[in-house]
Amino acid sequence: MIGIDDPLVLTAYLGAILMAALGLIYGLVRRNAARDEVTPEDRLWALDEKKVDDEI
Amino acid sequence: MTGTASVGWIDIVVILAYLFATAYLGWLGYRGTRSAADFLVGGRSAHPVIMAVSYGATFISTAAIVGFGGVAGLFGMSLLWLTFLNIGVGILVAFIFLGEPTRRLGHHLGAHTFPELLGHRYQSRGIQIFAGVIIFLFMPLYAAAVMTGGSVFAASQFGIDFEVALLIFALITAAYVIPGGIKAVMYTDTLQGFVMVFAMIFLLVFTYWSLGGVTTAHQTLTDLSDLVPAPLAQIGHQGWTAMPAFGWGATAYDLWWTVITAIVLGVGIGVLAQPQLVVRFMTVRSRRELDRAVPIGAVFILLMTGTPFVVGSLSNAWFAQQGPLLRGQVVEMIDADKDRALVELMQQGESGAWSPVINPKTQAPARAALIINARETARTADGETFELVAGRSVAATYTKGDADRIIPVYIASALPKWFGVIFFLALLAAAMSTMSSQFHTMGTAAGRDLYEQMADRGGHREPSILVMRLAVLIGLIVAVIISYTVRQEYVVARFTAIFFGICAASFLPAYLGGLFSRRVTRAGALASMAVGMGVSLFWLVFIKAREASAIGLVQWVSGGKTSLLADSPNWPAVDPIIVALPAALLTLILVSAFTRAPDEAHLRRCFPDRR
Repeated sequence: MIGIDDPLVLTAYLGAILMAALGLIYGLVRRNAARDEVTPEDRLWALDEKKVDDEI
Repeated sequence: MTGTASVGWIDIVVILAYLFATAYLGWLGYRGTRSAADFLVGGRSAHPVIMAVSYGATFISTAAIVGFGGVAGLFGMSLLWLTFLNIGVGILVAFIFLGEPTRRLGHHLGAHTFPELLGHRYQSRGIQIFAGVIIFLFMPLYAAAVMTGGSVFAASQFGIDFEVALLIFALITAAYVIPGGIKAVMYTDTLQGFVMVFAMIFLLVFTYWSLGGVTTAHQTLTDLSDLVPAPLAQIGHQGWTAMPAFGWGATAYDLWWTVITAIVLGVGIGVLAQPQLVVRFMTVRSRRELDRAVPIGAVFILLMTGTPFVVGSLSNAWFAQQGPLLRGQVVEMIDADKDRALVELMQQGESGAWSPVINPKTQAPARAALIINARETARTADGETFELVAGRSVAATYTKGDADRIIPVYIASALPKWFGVIFFLALLAAAMSTMSSQFHTMGTAAGRDLYEQMADRGGHREPSILVMRLAVLIGLIVAVIISYTVRQEYVVARFTAIFFGICAASFLPAYLGGLFSRRVTRAGALASMAVGMGVSLFWLVFIKAREASAIGLVQWVSGGKTSLLADSPNWPAVDPIIVALPAALLTLILVSAFTRAPDEAHLRRCFPDRR
């Protein structure tokens, strides 16, 4: 098949494409499934992170 | 050996224009919203494409493209199992299962670096310092791999010495990372990601097109299995579209153990515990942002690793069909019907006489399997006539067995000249985006995790910017020295695999335990990290023949052997991760079982959403 005789290499070739396809499907299905909120704790963390970033 | 490598003024203008564009974008970002933290502070969301491509650009470097692409040119498409794991583990498992718990834990504990995450989770300054030391000591190895990958390509593409290319590469890197490029400027990362995407798509399409389409190209490669160089065939190479021979107890299986344990598992699993990637999850705004990044990340990684592995392998078919003609004298016919023969390579002197090409490693006449295209009568320097054959061979013959040069030489030989410059920009982009996060991680490891923890004995203290900058500079110098000094077989991929393997064995059990288990103890985590690193280092210094023989200590201990297990076939080819990771995991479980459980109040702080 597609010029690759070894079934394990063929599996890797098609499996890599399948994994990417799975990622696409997952992204489409879960696009809006999870909550999207920034908590005060998240914001505090980001302020601290920004401070280190700015200093470095 | 191939192509007409040179650097023209148009090349220089294009490269400078790209560097200025990157700098301009960085400057624009510097003035406004630039990093993931800025997005979070502003309460806004980075576009999922930006988040995913930025992560992918950090993940993928010249090591993956030039180093592992070249290894695929040598070993074949069995490397596609690494692409499979890169997407399956590096994207799907990492984003879906680890991303959100890491983000939440990091924010609950106020951790900003990977060692800090582990240290705060286990309430242990020792763990934080230990993790910081591992990163600071071994990250330069990975940075050296990235630098060597870019420099090897620049040397081939522009016809300059490797040392000059390395110097230029180091200067560009220094100019980028020292004044502020180490900030995670997501737009810059994204621009770099898009340059990489364009280059990879063109490279893949061009390669398949030039070989007559997907199936024809693969079939051509499959039909080349009798041209596998003898040293590779002896360790189990069965062709570029076949897995290496599998078994145990004979050197004929060494290649399988090298490919699967060191390259596929070492890097494929090791990515989960990469400090510079783990911290990325903490800068994400929400679970939804992580979910949305999965599809783009998966396709990006497919392109970034799948393309070089496929193209690296197919370069053998291209060289065998369209590569420059090599000449020599037949030593032995391999297949008379297909006109394939083992040939002693020859070169023509100024007088017109032919003499053997000498292999610098063996000091013997160089031999290669050729597909013969033409035969003619020629004469040696002694005036004797002989039948001179002309033909083509596989990629390794054109790069004198150097895997790191396969992708550069293929691009210089097969692709249009303009693409070489674009590809160089893609490599520069891949290197810069990865190196900025590498040096950022090194800097914060030295400043926050080592200096602050050791100098202030855990008390709150402002981060030492000077220490961070000094650490970045030292890391850069060490990486350049390693790149300059160590030039061995597929060193780019090996350095990467070593770093990924050490990270996996040292960090992965403690990291996963910290995310998902309430029972893992401080002592268990610290013991697991110590065992993981200790076993990895022992294996690299005394067992794994390629690394051990290069370090040299094992010869001194064992009286000249390249491994303590040199008499037990296959063990010297097995990667440390196969032994070190299970040992570390077992240590984590056993020590945790026999030590006092963590404080309940601390666990409630780590996991407030769990009962």
